[in-house]
Amino acid sequence: MENKKAGMTLIVKTITRLTVGLILLYGIYIVLHGHLTPGGGFSGGVIIALSFIHLMLAFGKEVALKKLSEVWASILESLGAIMFLSIAALGFLGGYFFLNFFLSKGRPFTLFSAGIIPLCNIAISLKVGAGLFAIFVALVLFKGLTKEK
Amino acid sequence: MELHLLLLFMIFAALVAVEIEDLLSSVIAVGAVGLGLSLAFLILKAPDLAITQLVVEILCLIILIRATIKKDLPLIRDGRWLFNTVSTILFIVFFLIFSYFALKELPDFGQPIMKVAKEYIKDGLLKTGASNLVASIILDFRGYDTLGEATVLFTAVIGVLVVIRKVGRINGK
Repeated sequence: MENKKAGMTLIVKTITRLTVGLILLYGIYIVLHGHLTPGGGFSGGVIIALSFIHLMLAFGKEVALKKLSEVWASILESLGAIMFLSIAALGFLGGYFFLNFFLSKGRPFTLFSAGIIPLCNIAISLKVGAGLFAIFVALVLFKGLTKEK
Repeated sequence: MELHLLLLFMIFAALVAVEIEDLLSSVIAVGAVGLGLSLAFLILKAPDLAITQLVVEILCLIILIRATIKKDLPLIRDGRWLFNTVSTILFIVFFLIFSYFALKELPDFGQPIMKVAKEYIKDGLLKTGASNLVASIILDFRGYDTLGEATVLFTAVIGVLVVIRKVGRINGK
């Protein structure tokens, strides 16, 4: 946007500007409906990461890193891991590992149902999405550093 | 009883692997630890884990031997072809005999299928409230497995970040 030279051509940039939000929304939808429809934390997290990678491919790394920097990707990934682990460990309060005792199952086929499964999906999606994006960023920055040398 | 013997054997092999001078012998001692672990899984009635452990152990052993074999070579390669050939043929014969008896014991193709899955399909919706059965299995019935997978992924990401960052910093300076 600011730097006209970075990234791909105007066509790609325009299409990306139109589609990247939809891709992100689709990823979030897959994650949130993981307990109702096929999909879940892993696949939704990959789609969320792909939307940021899409942004980086089209606009260059500065724009994408301004949206989600490398440090924040690492922090989000660790946060997802800790969240998943703590959900699992909370089950010990009720008896055993991964026991769902603090959330009701709700009515099946509605969005707020199935107890801890949506929470686990969100944690996994944070982990997978941020982790994949962090790997991609690391590879991109690594290539840039060797080229400068 | 066997389990305790195995655990003692594994501890002993791990101590050998740490303390021994020769690199190749150390790698082989690590392989012995892995073999003991897969036997322990077998004794604890987890054959699928035993198979996985065996495969992973063989792969790791091959990679480690490939990595260390250039470093120090106390090997004698000449004049042992007769011993090598005979031992290879003996191993193949043993393997074929044992696999002949083992394959006869296997159940028919697809025979005891859906023993566990039947319960999941019957009670999945009632017990977890999730209409996507796959989600209810990977996050509720088998949540522990998913935690392990997440740990593997986390370790992989951290490994990539650490390895690449280190090289980048040295090149950047």
